[in-house]
This record gives sequence, structure tokens and C-alpha cells, in this order.
Amino acid sequence: MLLVPCPYCGPRNSADLSYRGETATRPDPSTTTPEEWRDYLYMEHNPAGWLRENWYCSSGCRRFFTVERHTVTSEFREPPLPGSKTPQPINGSNTPQPVADLAVPQPNTDANRKDTSS
Amino acid sequence: MIRQKPAARYSSAGLLWRGFRNRSWPRVWREPTLKKSYDLVVVGGGVHGLATAYYLAANHGITNVAVLDKAYLGSGGSGRNTAIVRSNYLTPEGVAFYDRSLELYNTMSADLNLNVMFSERGHLTLAHTDSAVRTMRWRAEVNKLQNIDSRVIGPDEIKKLAPSLDTSTNTRYPILAALYHPPGGTIRHDAVVWAYARAADAYGVDMHQKTEVIDVTCVGGDGPAGKGPGAKVTGVRTSKGDISAPVVVNCTAGWASLIAAMVGLKLPITTHPLQAAVTEPVKVFLPTVVVSGSLHVYVSQTDRGELVFGASVDPFATYDMRGTLDFTEELAGHVLELMPAVSQMRLLRQWAGLCDITPDYSPVMGFTPVEGFLCDVGWGTYGFKAGPVSGEQMAKCIADASTPELIAPFALSRFGQGLLVGEKGAAAVGH
Repeated sequence: MLLVPCPYCGPRNSADLSYRGETATRPDPSTTTPEEWRDYLYMEHNPAGWLRENWYCSSGCRRFFTVERHTVTSEFREPPLPGSKTPQPINGSNTPQPVADLAVPQPNTDANRKDTSS
Repeated sequence: MIRQKPAARYSSAGLLWRGFRNRSWPRVWREPTLKKSYDLVVVGGGVHGLATAYYLAANHGITNVAVLDKAYLGSGGSGRNTAIVRSNYLTPEGVAFYDRSLELYNTMSADLNLNVMFSERGHLTLAHTDSAVRTMRWRAEVNKLQNIDSRVIGPDEIKKLAPSLDTSTNTRYPILAALYHPPGGTIRHDAVVWAYARAADAYGVDMHQKTEVIDVTCVGGDGPAGKGPGAKVTGVRTSKGDISAPVVVNCTAGWASLIAAMVGLKLPITTHPLQAAVTEPVKVFLPTVVVSGSLHVYVSQTDRGELVFGASVDPFATYDMRGTLDFTEELAGHVLELMPAVSQMRLLRQWAGLCDITPDYSPVMGFTPVEGFLCDVGWGTYGFKAGPVSGEQMAKCIADASTPELIAPFALSRFGQGLLVGEKGAAAVGH
């Protein structure tokens, strides 16, 4: 269970939303090469750390939104505003503490687990 | 290369002799120190990595090999799956592949001198809708053409095979038919890992546990630090020191994208956790493996009497292996739909394993655009049953320096050519 911070409805159980995967910039279909297009279609970064991703609030406001989630600790933060490099904390009870980017997944011990999502 | 004997051969005579003399068994495999160079490094000490190392030594005489694992052998998906094996897939490529795996599992106890407790108990895939029955018939016909024992049976025969299933018509998801696959069954997954590790060790393969790969060094690539397509692998940097090796094989399942990123490659893989649970042990009452795609659940009973449940993967990508209440609630509801009689049983524990899911539910095997970097990943929710054949074919691929016919359909390049092998209908439970 994951509490996903919908910017319009507030925190909601992930079962109320549908996951739309990593954000990727779609190349312009009129100028793209087949390689670029296939890379856009199939290839994923799949990092163990902060991931910018899309969700669809299918049982709520039915709007798409983008958040950043840490794929090891399951914390959320808002993506940076245009022109800024600092990610925004999420308002409300789900406020994450900033954590360092992790290169590899850490073991799920109590010490490095922050229960922000259950 | 002549095979060295393992420290002790397992047999009932040996058990008696040691029992009466009060002798203990020797260590099963060595704990070697890390050498400066190897001919080949396998990253990931699960069933795929160990099988690759074993078949390289046994079939091709390549023994200067290191298997690295950041935890202990079999600590990932190999020790977390629900230990079901079958070969009734949907595409001819898939069927041929998994059938070879089942053959190797069949003779594994004798070949590797370790009892892997293979129980060929039959495998039922239930159909609750007309469209599911149609898919079962399709799968049965594909299987028959490939000489796989697989047929569609009705509720009466299902009731005979598994009396605890509710086959009445007044349920929410009535059981209309099932695909019955007698050669399917269960196997002890830890024993498979130990059998391969012990046999590979006897050939002189070094297995390094608690050795984490930090980086893979490359030269000549387009990207930063000489990485990226066109590069050549020169070695790996680990938490215990650097190794120089011309060939690195990535067998890291859920962590595959992270190892591939170390050579500057992107894979068509997302990592999702799959949760499973086990109940307290009771007397044996469920003789077959029961799978329901529509209800997202599969059930089998272990030799100890515990019911093992598995489900589909969690719907979002994460490396977090926490268990969730959603899973337990959904699982309990679906199991009771199939078997109302188990309502008083208690769950003993639940766990999760990481699955590397590809867009077409088929693996990524063989060569990559980086020279010396091979992949055996993308195994999603079906990696355990394919372990032996993947190891055998990857070993052949490395030794011959060409892709064997059996794994050619699963090359990474298929995504560039649009030649996807769609196994979603038969490989994923959640469809």
C-alpha cells in the first residue's frame, strides 16, 4: 500500500490510482529516427532512487499528474518547478524528509526504512 | 577439465555410515578469496547465475569463473518464488524453451547428486469465463503440436483431481474448465540453488557471497568513462576489490537495470515486487497446483502441508520489498472464492521478491551492444522454472560466441526490430 499525494485530491491509496510509469519526452514523430522512437517506447531507466513518474487519479479527480518517488524508501516529493533545480516537498501529512540519492538498493532494515507510506 | 569430486557424495549409505559413526558432513562449497582476474564473471548468485556457471564448467570446460552475489546464494528471486514448474506456454518459442527446462529438472536430483524434491503433481489453470476457456483451448492446441501433455478438462474431472475446489455453478466466478498439465509440479527451490552451487564448486568455480558489484569497467564506448554501445568490458569493481575479466554476465533479475546502467545500457525492464504468502501446515488435501488467472492467485501445498499462495506483481515499479495489507486481503478473498473450506486457516508469513518485467513478458538473453557484456534478465514472474535451460543455453552462447537457436527469439535487439514475443497470455497471472 502506498499513499500517493494527488495534488488535487490529497493523499490517496495507490489502489485508487493507476500507475503510468516513468516520465519520458516523446520525440517529434515527424523528425524522429526509428531508434529514438523505439528507445522512447520500450527502454526504461528503472533507477533504485528518485524516479519521476506519472499517475492517473482514476477513482478520484481523473487527472494526470507527475511526482517524484524514491523507489527504495517509497517517499514522495514534487518535481522541481520550471527553472528551479530544487524538488518541492509535498504539503500535508505525507511530507518526506530529503534523502540522499542512492546508487544501489539498501536492505530493508528498520534503520533505513522510513514509514511514510503505510 | 576433469571434474573434481565434491567433498562428500550424498547417499543413504553415507547417511547411515555418518549417523552411526557420529560424523558430521563437510562444508558444501568453499569460501575462496577473490582472485585478480577471471575468464568470466557472473553477477548474481541465483539459480540462473549458478546454472550458467555450472554448465560452462560441465559442458564446455570453462572453469576460471567467479559468481558474485551481494548477499548469500539464492537470496533473491531464487529463494522467494513459489517453486512451480510447467511448460504449457502460449507461443511455440516459449513452449520449446520451458519444456527443455522441465526435462533438466526431471533428472536434476540424479545429475547433481542432491535431492531437489521434484514433485510432478499436475498443474491446473482454471478458466472462469468463456474467453478464458477459449484461451485454454488455444494453449492446449499449441502444446499438443509441440508434444506437451496438456488438455482442457471440465468441472467433473477438476473435482476429481482437486476435491477441495468449489466447482458449483452458484459462485461469483464459476469454474467452467481448466487446462490440465500433468508434467507440471513443484520443486524445492533452495535445493536447486544448492545443487548447482555444489556441482559448480566441484569443478573449481569460485562463488563469492557478500561481494557487491559497484561498477563495471569498460573501454572504447561512446558514453562517459568509455561506456555505452560499442564499448568493451574490461572488468568489475566490487566491494572486496577489483577483478579484470573480459566477459561479464548479468543474472541479477530485479536489479538488472542497475548492472546494465554500469555499462551505459538501458534495458526494457521495470522492477516490480511480487508478493507471496504461506499458511500454517495442515494434512495434505490439495494434490495439484491450482492457478487462476482471473482471480490473480496460484496455490500449491508443500510436502510439509503448508499452502503456498502467490499473486500478480504490484502495479507500480519499486525496489521496496515490504508486504502490504492490500495483497493479503485480496489474496484471502480470492482463495476463499476457490476453496471455501480453508477459511479457518491462518497465514504464517508473507514476503515479496523483485521481478524484472519486460513489455512482452519474455526474457532478454544473450549478447548486447557492449562487447563482453551478456544478459540473462527480464525473467519477470517465471524465472525459476526456466533456470536450468537458461543456464545451459547461456553457457552455450558464451562458449560458442554465437546465439543458440533456442534463445535467439529473446535477444535484446528484438525491441529494435519490432519482433516481440508476446507471452502475456500464459506467463503473467495478472492479465
